[in-house]
Amino acid sequence: MLAVEGLACRRGGRLVFEAVSFTLEAGDALVLSGANGSGKTSLLRLLAGFARPAEGSVTWLGREITLEPAEHAQRVHFLGFADGVEGQLSVRENLAYQAALLGGGADTVDTALAAFDLAEFAPRPARELSAGQRRRVALARLLAVPRPLWLLDEPGVALDRANRARLEAAIERQREEGGLVVVATHGDVRVRDPLVLELGEPNPC
Amino acid sequence: MLRAALALLAHDLRLARRRFGENLLVVGFFTLALALFPLGVGASPDILGRIGAGVIWVLALLAVLLGLDRLFQPDLEGGGLEQMLLSPAPLELLVLARCLAHWLGTGLLLAFASPLLAILVHLPAEALWALPLTLLLGTPTLTLIGSIGAALLAGSGKGAVLAALLVLPLDIPVLIFGLSAAEALIAGLDASGALLFMGAFLLAALALAPLATAAALRLALG
Repeated sequence: MLAVEGLACRRGGRLVFEAVSFTLEAGDALVLSGANGSGKTSLLRLLAGFARPAEGSVTWLGREITLEPAEHAQRVHFLGFADGVEGQLSVRENLAYQAALLGGGADTVDTALAAFDLAEFAPRPARELSAGQRRRVALARLLAVPRPLWLLDEPGVALDRANRARLEAAIERQREEGGLVVVATHGDVRVRDPLVLELGEPNPC
Repeated sequence: MLRAALALLAHDLRLARRRFGENLLVVGFFTLALALFPLGVGASPDILGRIGAGVIWVLALLAVLLGLDRLFQPDLEGGGLEQMLLSPAPLELLVLARCLAHWLGTGLLLAFASPLLAILVHLPAEALWALPLTLLLGTPTLTLIGSIGAALLAGSGKGAVLAALLVLPLDIPVLIFGLSAAEALIAGLDASGALLFMGAFLLAALALAPLATAAALRLALG
């Protein structure tokens, strides 16, 4: 389904990683691990199609994602380090906007909020939320608009144990429904039977 | 596709309504800067009447430039730009929606405020409609051109000053024809040539600026 072959990434002339290959089928999960600067976020961004690889290819069902960027964009959920939550809008307004931007409807917003225990915060301005609560608003986006490929960069940051469990349950449901999940994590999010890709030490040159 | 772009427009307008004070600051700059001119060149109605339209147009241009650094920078820093790229709507269409929202919060306000400023600098009665008309036609072009500079500088850490330096040369034709049209209308002359040029600039900016801006944003994110 998602195949990566001989992928290399350069940033500012520095080789971040090279010769990265893996294949994910429906229901698979890949955990990216490695030291800070080893290229976990860069790999997620390449998989999302935000950047082009220095070498190698990323294919979805045999088609290179660079040849169909618009189609690939609609397959992907990308949760980066920044949560994309606007402090001056309420929690519900934030999620409704993000769902509409991603092509989803308003009918799933309340369900997605409830899945991350945010229903009581829905009318509150997001600026009043803690870092963990803002993270949960960003995570609720994953459920508000179904997409087959989740790319999650440190999704467990700032979450307490109960909400990490909710995130893990959401990842499990995504896999049961045939979706793919790629998670960059330092071990705070547990994923059942994942493939693991350990990225090497950062190259200083 | 269109729904996503309308969602972004509605989102930006909702934010603009909640930050209405920030938009008023732009109009405040426009008004206060104009109020300095009588102090600098003297309060003679003759002098002010002769330079007034030009001063108002230059200040409108600078006021549009003022808010450019906030056009995409918060999205780039806050993670919103990634979501825009993953939208079913083309990034170019989203850029157009963003520019429209920005213009409604700046250019439109400046056009509405311009008759008051025309009175302040003793312009003739014709200026009360000639200035808003030319600003309504010119400021959207300034916003669209400005979006290219804002996108090029997004992520570079450079501020609004560099954006202004990049964008100002491209704004000069809009300023020349906008001012020519305003002065011709105030003098009761035929301004159709200058107005047609301004319309052409606007159409060209509508067609080309979103492409250039979207390409620059993709570069900034990549």
